[in-house]
Amino acid sequence: MKITQHWLGEFTPVAASATDLAARLTLAGLEVETVEPVAPPFSGVVVGRVLECTRHPDAEKLSVCQVTTDGTNRLQIICGAPNVRAGLTVAVAMVGARLPNDVAIRRAKLRGMESNGMLCSARELGLGTEHDGIMELDGALALGEDLRAALDLGDVALEVNATPNRGDCMSVLGIARDLAAATERRRLVHTVAPVPARCDATFPVRIDAPAACPVFATRVIRGITAGARSPAWLRERLRRVGQSSISAVVDVTNYVMLELGQPLHAYDHARLQSGIEVRFARAGERLTLLDDREYTLSPDHLVIADARGAVGLAGIMGGRATAIDDATTAVLLESAHFAPEAVAGRARRLGLFTDAAQRFERGVDPSLPLRALERATELLTAIAGGEPGPVQIVAAAGAAPATVSLRRERLARLLGVDVPDEEVAAVLGAIAERVETGAEGWTVSVPPHRFDLRIEADLIEEVARLRGFDAIPELPAAAPQVPGEATETRVPAERLLDAIVDRGYREVITYSFVDPVLQRRLFPDAPALALANPISAELGEMRVSLWVGLVQALRENVRRQQTRVRLAEFGRKFVVEGGVTREIDVLAGIAFGARLPEQWGAGRDGADFYDVKGDVQAVLALAGDAAALRFEADSLPCLRPGRSARILRDGVGIGWIGELHPEQVKEFGLPGAAILFELEIDSAFSAKIFKYKKISKYPSVRRDLAIVVDEALPLAVLREHVSVSATGLLTELRVFDVYRGPGVETGRKSVALGLILQDSSRTLTDSDADAVVASVVARLRDALSATIRDQ
Amino acid sequence: MSNDESLAALLREGLESAAACAQLAELEELRVRLLGKKGLLTERLKSLASLPAAERPAAGQRINEAKTAIQAALEARREALARAALERELAAGTIDVTLPGRGQEPGGIHPVTRTRLRIERIFRDAGFEVASGPEVEDDFHNFEALNIPADHPARAMHDTFYFPDGRLLRTHTSPVQIRTMRSRPPPLAVIAPGRVYRSDSDMTHTPMFHQVEGIVVGERVSFANLKAMLHGFVQRFFELPLGMRLRPSYFPFTEPSAEVDIECVFCRGAGCRVCKQTGWLEILGCGMIHPKVLAAAGIDAERWQGYAFGMGIERLSMLRYGVDDLRLFFENDLKFLNQFP
Repeated sequence: MKITQHWLGEFTPVAASATDLAARLTLAGLEVETVEPVAPPFSGVVVGRVLECTRHPDAEKLSVCQVTTDGTNRLQIICGAPNVRAGLTVAVAMVGARLPNDVAIRRAKLRGMESNGMLCSARELGLGTEHDGIMELDGALALGEDLRAALDLGDVALEVNATPNRGDCMSVLGIARDLAAATERRRLVHTVAPVPARCDATFPVRIDAPAACPVFATRVIRGITAGARSPAWLRERLRRVGQSSISAVVDVTNYVMLELGQPLHAYDHARLQSGIEVRFARAGERLTLLDDREYTLSPDHLVIADARGAVGLAGIMGGRATAIDDATTAVLLESAHFAPEAVAGRARRLGLFTDAAQRFERGVDPSLPLRALERATELLTAIAGGEPGPVQIVAAAGAAPATVSLRRERLARLLGVDVPDEEVAAVLGAIAERVETGAEGWTVSVPPHRFDLRIEADLIEEVARLRGFDAIPELPAAAPQVPGEATETRVPAERLLDAIVDRGYREVITYSFVDPVLQRRLFPDAPALALANPISAELGEMRVSLWVGLVQALRENVRRQQTRVRLAEFGRKFVVEGGVTREIDVLAGIAFGARLPEQWGAGRDGADFYDVKGDVQAVLALAGDAAALRFEADSLPCLRPGRSARILRDGVGIGWIGELHPEQVKEFGLPGAAILFELEIDSAFSAKIFKYKKISKYPSVRRDLAIVVDEALPLAVLREHVSVSATGLLTELRVFDVYRGPGVETGRKSVALGLILQDSSRTLTDSDADAVVASVVARLRDALSATIRDQ
Repeated sequence: MSNDESLAALLREGLESAAACAQLAELEELRVRLLGKKGLLTERLKSLASLPAAERPAAGQRINEAKTAIQAALEARREALARAALERELAAGTIDVTLPGRGQEPGGIHPVTRTRLRIERIFRDAGFEVASGPEVEDDFHNFEALNIPADHPARAMHDTFYFPDGRLLRTHTSPVQIRTMRSRPPPLAVIAPGRVYRSDSDMTHTPMFHQVEGIVVGERVSFANLKAMLHGFVQRFFELPLGMRLRPSYFPFTEPSAEVDIECVFCRGAGCRVCKQTGWLEILGCGMIHPKVLAAAGIDAERWQGYAFGMGIERLSMLRYGVDDLRLFFENDLKFLNQFP
């Protein structure tokens, strides 16, 4: 909320500098968001009075005014305002004055008549938006006084954010109280002189829900002019805190709420029927509020009702039917306490946000209604006249004030510093009227406005806060003598990231929620978790794969003229299986464009499946278990059949790799193929502790074979047959060429294999190697109808 | 001409010829002509036999001296020619070392991840464990257990994404606190980095962002310890001796609660546009764990106490790298990402 420095100063001494004041409030936990002067800089404007006012002979809308600024001088000033008239006290910008927006006032001639200055409107002085005419000042102001002094324009407005636990600081009084405690260790006591009744009018009140509404004070004021305009000081003060002036009654209730923190409501007395009842709403009960909207209430909404039904939503907003207007002559002022539990959340559920609800749900001082009612009566009768009736108060028996204890040992242990007893006593004494000192600590009777003080920790906070957190030293804790972790049972995430990044991928972070339309296009069969209240339709459901975001990120980058893109993301996908959501961490990537960055001495071939498979294998190799991996031809709807594979480890699926389906490539408007992969972290990167194998000290022998087999035969099958038939001497099998074309029949391919043979106990002879080759060749001929090329 | 004179002439001629040889082949011819089996000097040695015995030793010595000198000259010339040949070869093989290197270009880690990993590193080195928890959460872990009951005003500050069944996307990483404390007994020192979600999108908010949550629970873990840990953290993170201040604040799950401000990293406290002329930057929230939160986690709040803190990773990343628009982090524009090595 906004307050001003001088308003605050009416309750407690404040720092002379607004910045100092802001710093003090902020360091006491009342964060000051903005500090702004209430008026922009201007000079040379003084209080004056219009002595004579005649029509300009040559201009219908201009008046020729004789103005005095000291009672004896006479300045001729030409003024175009419709409200200028003799006798008016006005703001006179003298010749030489500097107004906001660099306006300089000079002697001038207007339609032939000399003008020695200007009569100012509020807007011309930056004091609001009113531009119906010139400012009409209080006639009691001294002539010639500088306007800044006369209107207290050196005041400063501060936007103060009270935390949600401090409903008591949502008023000038509350902030003053906290400031006095923080800066002076002084308990500020607030009293209001009662306004005696001048008639005996009252209105019957019954409370059906005393727990929700323990106090309900009312007062009738008869014979008022409800539509009266508020005086300048009140309108100006409201303006300074960002409120607009409506009418005397509304302005006064707002003003008292801002000043003391008590929301008030004024009913048109004549529109209430028989008596008031405070009760919970009936299911389905309807009520039109002051915002002219009709609401359907539920039984946990507390209402104020008269004989005809609900007339207001307690603690939130009044009803339209009993609202005051300019014709109102008698009002019923309501100043009640509603328990936070009876208000909390209700406004929000109806889509309402009101100053009253904001205060009641945080907690308003239950002892405040009476004082607030007196203050409102005082202001209202002064402004709009009228005769107040007696204060009527219906109150449930007040509960004894809560008491909370604070142990000395606990305070020291939690804060990590010993606070001298007298300091603790001083701080607590600034909060509560009664503080008892015992052997172990202190017991405090909590004042009624402090809803946030219920347990010992609350008092510890108060001591720390009001002394200032700077008073607590920085003490490093003793180092924990606990061994750290250096696991090799899984590949650390950082290592994975480094590995994929070093292979040329850029890590990206895409949203976990994606466009359901895109997701359905890529994963038509995968059930997904849809948000009930997405921020936009395009972010409507949780991703079932990181590919959704990656394909979009690729598309965006291609649109931004990138021709070669490698993106990887490390994140979570949300898989729904049998109604259960599993959150699975995955590493996923997408590759698009040339195999290598554009460079001299290398071609511009596009990356294909095998490039990305190489990246995937390199990353998977970190788990140290390459032999357990298998790539099995398989596909997903979004992948190109025949160019995609499921990745298995020890027979268990750990991920996918494949080319984006050509239809999708077209759909996404990509100028070429993209290759995708996704690996599940837990299953793919649990690592086996590597066990050392003895190195043979005998030389190895290499034999190369070119095998011609059917085109469709997977290398994995060929490899399997070679391994089985090569006895135990085969230590490595390399594939160094795959050839199709002249010399090999159509439908067949030639695969060039390098067999590395080695024995652990002796040097192999040529005939040993020849025997292995013969065995392999025989096996391949028999099992795979293979032929040997060039032999 | 005496024998001696003709020997001297031969030596002179041999030395001059050696120095004049431009090819290795010429040098070889010269060697054969002078020192070969039928070379001029070889012949002279053979002709010693015809001299009187008394003259032979002196004459032999002179011839041998001449032979050694010619051999040395031939060798020196041979080396010079070889060196010149190598130099010619090297010169011919010169390449342009300013042409770019070949192969794959390295990619890079996202700045938010880079920041997260640095934060993890700093706390790990201080003895913290790194934990994680689900992003699809329930009301209990995200709110109730953190002392934010239904209708609590603090819920209004969390614009929560819900699923139709009442589950939600976690609005902060604090639920991991609860899960960690419920899963094992204190003492504990844990951080939990991760994605969090709030239904908010404008210049300074994205509906998804990253936080790091930290908790320490022990018998004497104090507010003074918290201050020391956080101050140490910010100085390590920014690698600057920055000032720090704590402002009282409110979070339902800590008490006392504080907002932590650091001296502005751009103006070092003098006041600038980034710190709105205050000299301070708000970077994280913290406090002593609320006794109700300890109780909800099944921990005896009389015996155990501790602190908790939470920070936005993007915020730290922006301050560290001078990124002035939060949304850049999630646009995944390579022109942005490529700036981070």
